[in-house]
Amino acid sequence: MPVSPDELKQRIEAAIPGTRADVSGDGAHFEAVLEGPAFAGLTRIAQHKLVYDVFGTELGDRIHALSIKITPTEAR
Amino acid sequence: MSDAAGNTMRDAIQSAISENPVILFMKGTPDAPACGFSARTVAVLEALDQPFAAVNILPDPAIRQELSALSGWPTIPQLFVGGALVGGCDIVMEMYESGELQELLGIEAEAPAAEPPVAEPAPLTIENLL
Repeated sequence: MPVSPDELKQRIEAAIPGTRADVSGDGAHFEAVLEGPAFAGLTRIAQHKLVYDVFGTELGDRIHALSIKITPTEAR
Repeated sequence: MSDAAGNTMRDAIQSAISENPVILFMKGTPDAPACGFSARTVAVLEALDQPFAAVNILPDPAIRQELSALSGWPTIPQLFVGGALVGGCDIVMEMYESGELQELLGIEAEAPAAEPPVAEPAPLTIENLL
């Protein structure tokens, strides 16, 4: 089944509490712009791993490529 | 693949990471990247005149499998500096634009890099060490 940007958005927002995701893509290559308090205080590696962990082995397979831009926000 | 073969591959990857101060695991070669993300990461290193070892992961699926098992990072490219994972294309680009990458590599900061670099001739390449 093809992957939609909306599916990625919903799964990221559901899996990482407080995160707002803006996802665009063509069904194979996606770009996710994320912000939320869950990323605050983490290294870039750890921030990206939070997102990669949402998709596991689907990355590189069903989700061919996912580019990520993260802005941590203050916890409320 | 047997466990023994997996371990041998993993050991070879670990050795390559330990022995090369800057090493990039990529799709294709610095001269002929096979993926836009790998190409952009190479272009950043070349823009900084940073010598680096490069390993093409494409010829053997086991390289990628064992690399990701080792690093905990699922995607390619993966840049290691001083034996530690720096990240993939997104992180390398962000760190280049912010100057953090130059700092990590011990390169004098010049004027802030506003434009993404364009690929230049390849640096030192350790081709298919693995």
